[in-house]
Amino acid sequence: MNKKPKTVYEEFQAKGHSRRDFLKFCTMTAAFLGLEYSAVGKVVKALENKPRPAVIWLHFQECTCCSESFIRSSHPLVADIVLDKISLDYTETLMAAAGHQAEKSLQDTMAKFKGEYILLVEGSIPTDANGAYCCIGGKSAMQIVEEVAEGAKAVIAWGNCASSGCVQAANPNPTGAKPVHKVISGKPVINVQGCPPIAEVMAAVVVHILVFDTIPQLDGLGRPKEFYSRRVHDTCYRRPNYDAGLFVNSFDDENARKGYCLYKMGCRGPVTYNACGVTKWNNGVSFPIQSGHPCIGCSEANFWDNGPFYQHLPSFPGFGIETTADEIGVGLGLVTVAGIAAHAITTNVRKRRALFGKRVDDSNVDISKE
Amino acid sequence: MTQVRKLYVWQLPVRFYHWNNAICIVALCLTGFLIGKPIALQTAAEASSSYWFGIIRFTHFVFAFLFFFNFMFRTFWGFVGNDYARWYHFIPLKKKQWREIVQVLKIDILQATGKPIESVGHNSLAGFTYFITFLFFTLQSFTGFALYADMSTSWFPHLFAWISPILGGDLLTRQIHHILMWGFIIFAIIHVYLVFYHDYAEKRGVTSSMIGGWKFIEEEKETEK
Repeated sequence: MNKKPKTVYEEFQAKGHSRRDFLKFCTMTAAFLGLEYSAVGKVVKALENKPRPAVIWLHFQECTCCSESFIRSSHPLVADIVLDKISLDYTETLMAAAGHQAEKSLQDTMAKFKGEYILLVEGSIPTDANGAYCCIGGKSAMQIVEEVAEGAKAVIAWGNCASSGCVQAANPNPTGAKPVHKVISGKPVINVQGCPPIAEVMAAVVVHILVFDTIPQLDGLGRPKEFYSRRVHDTCYRRPNYDAGLFVNSFDDENARKGYCLYKMGCRGPVTYNACGVTKWNNGVSFPIQSGHPCIGCSEANFWDNGPFYQHLPSFPGFGIETTADEIGVGLGLVTVAGIAAHAITTNVRKRRALFGKRVDDSNVDISKE
Repeated sequence: MTQVRKLYVWQLPVRFYHWNNAICIVALCLTGFLIGKPIALQTAAEASSSYWFGIIRFTHFVFAFLFFFNFMFRTFWGFVGNDYARWYHFIPLKKKQWREIVQVLKIDILQATGKPIESVGHNSLAGFTYFITFLFFTLQSFTGFALYADMSTSWFPHLFAWISPILGGDLLTRQIHHILMWGFIIFAIIHVYLVFYHDYAEKRGVTSSMIGGWKFIEEEKETEK
């Protein structure tokens, strides 16, 4: 049992993959990471020599769509290799062990790879009622994540739940659900956003840590810049329609059939950072906008509360679900104009009365004398 | 006997700023409103044959830069200009200014009569209102450049890139930018009306003062005997 841990390449070979497959995987990953072609060698070398990382994958308040997305990554090797490695350690959904065995496996991994393992968290963590809303093996999610994060080298938060709370944290957030970075402290947390995140993005983030031994560069909201530095809108194939002012007005109009821009249908592409427009989904087949549906902004915090989805402007807080800032603005503008009209009328009615202690009339004043 | 004293109040840079600002705000509100609510043309056109929305956006960005640096210039002038242009007329730190604010409110809203407003430049309420619009200018520029940053390779908009993460993302940034636009529109309506009203009520030539710079203060000449 105490053999030297296998490298990723050895794992590949053990699975019966050829070196050619291995190199293809390395090249593809390097491309996803946005590396230059010359850096492929670095990826190959890292995966040939470094032991496979110990990985613990925890599930809390979630729907498992992140896992579902991950096992459908376009390159079967990504799922095979990365997921097989992961399942060796601990993941509630896919591991063979159960009950006390599973908990023991978790403790063993934590002890054996202290300070080296990568913690992957799927789902948000409820904090109300002392975390009673989500308990595994007699411990609350809060306790588990704090305990496991303690010895982790890096923490990856999978999806919107773990990155910003997703639907559980939407108003009124009955369980006090919080994302990982608000529960633990002192560890770098990588927010791999999306509901779910794109499989290739998930795999590439893990490989990045493996190859470079550092966490990827993050944006202001903790998302890896490699994948989340551009708006869906700026990488969208329908963008030329936007610039040309060609918009869909309703889902069944001629413009929708022509594939014009979905901006007026509430598309969140202009305010959403993700790789959908470039990487796409399901082996590069499509992504929501390509299928004719506006982006709902699932890789942004609070996207559930920023509705309605099919309206460009979100509703204005406190004014009912479909009232926008424009409607309130027009209302205030009309009130202002009415007020001014009333004011102008009273001013004219009173013009013979004194204003500023003087009569407003053509009283004689002497301009010529200084 | 009444006499009129002529005073050069608004220096050329102040007037230049004012009209530049007015043009920018009108252009930015018009283009901004279109960006928020574009007209959807039913057309068989190909995207390659037109670029009108791109031009609207480009116009918005050009005027945004002009607006921002014009505002920066006015801020600078608030420290070097003549007394009427100075910053302390905009921030009511003195009791006297607060008294004048109450007085102007009485005249403007209740249409009460009383003694003439002492300030020759901005009255204290106007100055304070402009100070609030300056805060709006700042917020509007900051949120605007924050939204612009990720489309730009220039260093300048990236100075504002930290704003969106603080607000939790671009959506709220855009929402704030949009709501503030209404603040500008409503300010403009009231501003123009009050200029007309004060011109009529005060008889100091407020409207033309922003063109020529001169105000005419009517006062009782002290009798020599």
